[in-house]
Amino acid sequence: MAAGQVQLRVERVAKQFGGVTAVDEVSLEVREGEILSVIGPNGAGKTSLLNMVSGFYKPDRGHILFEGEDITNLPPSRIAELGVARTFQNIALFKGMTVLDNLMLGRHVRMKAGVFASFVYWGFAQKEEIAHREKVEDLLEFLKLEDLRKMPTGALSYGLQKRVELGRALALEPKVLLLDEPMGGMNQEEKEDMARYVLDVNEERGTTVILIEHDMGVVMDISRRVVVLDRGRAIAEGDPKSVQGNPAVIRAYLGTKASGKKAA
Amino acid sequence: MFDWGFTLALVTNGVLIGLMYSLIALGFVLVYKATDAINFAQGEFVMLAGFIITGMLLLAGAPFWLSVPVAVLGMVAFGFGLERVVLRPLIGRPIIAVIMATIGLATVLRGAAPLFFGAETQALPLPIPDEPIVLGPFSLPPGQVVGALLSLGFLAAFSWFFLKSRMGVAMRAVADNQQVAMAMGINVERYFAIAWGMAGIVAALGGLAWGALLGVDVHLALVGLKVFPVVILGGLDSVLGAIVGGLIVGIVENLAAGYLDPLVGGGTKDFAPYVLMILMLMIRPYGIFGKRRIERV
Repeated sequence: MAAGQVQLRVERVAKQFGGVTAVDEVSLEVREGEILSVIGPNGAGKTSLLNMVSGFYKPDRGHILFEGEDITNLPPSRIAELGVARTFQNIALFKGMTVLDNLMLGRHVRMKAGVFASFVYWGFAQKEEIAHREKVEDLLEFLKLEDLRKMPTGALSYGLQKRVELGRALALEPKVLLLDEPMGGMNQEEKEDMARYVLDVNEERGTTVILIEHDMGVVMDISRRVVVLDRGRAIAEGDPKSVQGNPAVIRAYLGTKASGKKAA
Repeated sequence: MFDWGFTLALVTNGVLIGLMYSLIALGFVLVYKATDAINFAQGEFVMLAGFIITGMLLLAGAPFWLSVPVAVLGMVAFGFGLERVVLRPLIGRPIIAVIMATIGLATVLRGAAPLFFGAETQALPLPIPDEPIVLGPFSLPPGQVVGALLSLGFLAAFSWFFLKSRMGVAMRAVADNQQVAMAMGINVERYFAIAWGMAGIVAALGGLAWGALLGVDVHLALVGLKVFPVVILGGLDSVLGAIVGGLIVGIVENLAAGYLDPLVGGGTKDFAPYVLMILMLMIRPYGIFGKRRIERV
């Protein structure tokens, strides 16, 4: 697939929870190799949108196409297998396990030898294990986690845990990486580190990145394009600069006088 | 005057019986670890396996070497089927729904088994010599030695499985956080089925060991009740805990039978493990090896 082609297409998806419309007919196109940020006030529907792309929620209406294939109703495990990896807003590592185990679990979908095959022909499974371990070691080096590989993840600092979670998602060798507030709760230095890793992943591996983030500085720095959601609707889309100056976006963030506001 | 020989004999017997409890508890721990479900029907699984073995031996006239594998396969199929038909629809429901389902299942199994296999106790003779195995000062009943060895073998196999095998690590991931496991591309439902299938294997061997010791009838299911003190003592989610808990229960039971029963006229053997269980719940509710769950709010 040539660079810049549409890789992921979200077509008029909608999702309601009870009477609340979380996502209301949102459409967007994600091009291969870009960093697309999804921003918006709290409750705008960003995470719901991401949950639909990764298969955790099923949209009430609309379709999601990944490389031309309709993935709207596929289970999350299948979508991960196709090459869409994600991180979670709240750290969701396997806490009792080591950094290494967490990353090896990210390799799960790429492992071919089933348990029965590995009983029949032990050597194949062993060889495969070693190959996967090498990939994981490369990632540990890339993320500067080599010294922590045997540490249980629960013992790491918050920023490092976020980094391990990024590593685990990368271990899937995804084509598209969905990051849900990867810098949330970080200090400035940790944010800069994370931003650099995201850029490196995008540039060196060509991985498409969809980023949900509240830190506008980071968003404006690293995104190619920005989509703004407000109350479940996409209200603006474009390069960072044009979005920043868009009156609708400023209104969404700052609000307007009650008289000028119509109920959505 | 303290009789060392007598105590030693009680403890030895307790160790063997305890390891046989561990075997059953292992099935319980396995399911809890992987699926968070509490299986109140583990004892009935064991009973069903016992009935399959004696059914094959006595009703169908099959040889022993065939009956046991059939029981193992039958119990795996039963575990898979149960997960598919009864438990999968309950995924995402409150945990109490699963508990009630397994309690209901236990009652159904106990009620229905005699319809198919008859109500009278059937002997399940192991094809091994009856004479006790004499090792130095110990004289060990062979049936219980076989049961204890089976249990130890499974402890080793399961420890390896959970710590080293890819499938076992994936199963731990499923147990830890189902959503994240899904995001890793792990087919959670498949692992649930595998866990129940493995519980079936363990129950089949439990049915063999306990059936040989007690004979096979509906009361065989009662050994399942001993699983609760075992797993509460050892920790609900710990393979090692199942073994250690089993040993404690086995030894305490035998010591109570040997020393307390003559004083009070009997019966302490049966409730001593539960007294320990209640004490454990008061001081360390997650058991000796269980994971302490800390919820950060």
